[in-house]
Amino acid sequence: MKSFSFEQPATVQAAAASLATHADAKFIAGGTNLLDLMKLEIEAPTHLIDINRLGLDQIETTDDGGVRIGAMVRNSDLAAHSRIRIDYAVLSRALLSGASGQLRNKATTGGNLLQRTRCYYFYDTARPCNKRVAGSGCSAVAGFNRMHAILGASDQCIAVHPSDMAVAMRLLDAEVETINGSGVRRVIPIAEFHRLPATTPHLETNLRRDEMITGVKLPAPLPGRQTYRKVRDRASYAFALISVAAVIDASGERAQSARIALGGVAHKPWRVESAELGLSGATINVKSIDAVTDQLLAGARAYSDNDFKLALVRRTVHAAVAEILKNSPQWK
Amino acid sequence: MISNLNIIDEGAEFFEISRRNMLKVSAAMFSAPLAERVMSASPPAPSGVRSRDLTQPARTHPPVMLPVALNVNGRQFDVRIDSRTTLLDALRETLAMKGSKKGCDHGQCGACTVLLGGRRINACLTLAVMHDGEPITTIEGLSNGNPLHPMQAAFLKHDGFQCGYCTPGQICSAIGMLDEAQRGVPSHVTENLSVAAVPLTQQEIRERMSGNLCRCSAYPNIVAAIGDAAGVSP
Repeated sequence: MKSFSFEQPATVQAAAASLATHADAKFIAGGTNLLDLMKLEIEAPTHLIDINRLGLDQIETTDDGGVRIGAMVRNSDLAAHSRIRIDYAVLSRALLSGASGQLRNKATTGGNLLQRTRCYYFYDTARPCNKRVAGSGCSAVAGFNRMHAILGASDQCIAVHPSDMAVAMRLLDAEVETINGSGVRRVIPIAEFHRLPATTPHLETNLRRDEMITGVKLPAPLPGRQTYRKVRDRASYAFALISVAAVIDASGERAQSARIALGGVAHKPWRVESAELGLSGATINVKSIDAVTDQLLAGARAYSDNDFKLALVRRTVHAAVAEILKNSPQWK
Repeated sequence: MISNLNIIDEGAEFFEISRRNMLKVSAAMFSAPLAERVMSASPPAPSGVRSRDLTQPARTHPPVMLPVALNVNGRQFDVRIDSRTTLLDALRETLAMKGSKKGCDHGQCGACTVLLGGRRINACLTLAVMHDGEPITTIEGLSNGNPLHPMQAAFLKHDGFQCGYCTPGQICSAIGMLDEAQRGVPSHVTENLSVAAVPLTQQEIRERMSGNLCRCSAYPNIVAAIGDAAGVSP
């Protein structure tokens, strides 16, 4: 690990200002991903700003009936919060399906959004990786790419975003709140927070260089039932091959609305709002869910080792919908 | 290799020979891949690989030494350490408390699990300087003056280990996990999230302990030990 200077600012403003004044500074929150990468010198900040003593650890109700989650709320505390368990169950489920008890006790809401891909070539410093060293090439496109993207990738990067939490937040239309070194605040819709790789896979989010995440806002709860279904190589403690977050309001005979988001398929959580329009007011059945899945997978491209993901997405979307509608007469 | 083991069983006289043979076999086994590796490393490195001109001195990154008060098992230790020191290395190397183990050093195996303010964490994935004054409990501090903590006694009773390397992490993790369950923290296998109290079944114990690997696969006995300590009927 490269050496670094270290500070523990007392206020959010001081932390943001410090980031602006140090060229190679990084915030350290839970540290569960950053230190992992620093040990391998994939990340090599020369200054660390410890933001663990700033507060930002509260979950509050907002004026519009939603919640504001402080950036430093730990994954375990967020998953266990009574309001999240009841009104945003998909978020609790997504968090509980990720990592281990020890890691969730440390990992934070803001840090989880910023975690880096687990593409093995990104971690293997003996191999080219455009995300690690811009312009060096992608080892995954023609390499072993079982975990990799089927949507939104480019010939320069086919890595996927590893977060489960972000997939649930995408489903819920979360907003990311930031502050910069001058005290200017900004709100970024989650749909615009993460980037597709295109020709700049080393840029993963639209967070600006001098910005700090202070929290995540969830709108008022959605009607209907929510689920998060994750498919992985082990029954526990593994990253997703693919995952499906879904919410369906089917209280009446016909579905009033439905949303579906996918994880493990792209460089960002994947959701196609226009596809969901087909489910509003339509009876949800195998055929209509297939049509929505077709639209979710429009433009999908599999690589040598991950074509199974195309079928797996379809089956998992069906399984997630079936789980929500298991007692409903319209799902047979 | 199997025939060598048979020779070992036949008597000490053959042991040296068989051991030497085994070393030769091992050398033969490893030399070929190594040679291949050296050869494959000789073409110019791909452009994405960081390389350095070995005729020039390395760019130096002098260590940054910082004071920190570590509060471990109720005792305060005022030390001065390199900012890079993980909590695990500070415990093991600076404070010479070797109970917390280094397995993978990347948060994947759980051997380094300690309790920070009563909550289980991976000591390998956090920096010692981030925990100035915060109460840390390691395997050495669990018994609190008694011969054993009830969880340690349960691991002994149920033979919840073989080589023992993962055991301090398993025990610290289990204690943190039981506290989480008592506080009503749900898990991936909890069926109903809207219920405040989560019954701690064997399935719950297995899911909640998945961050602690045991390469000897003592899992059935580990689950039994934790269940016993938690008062869960098998």
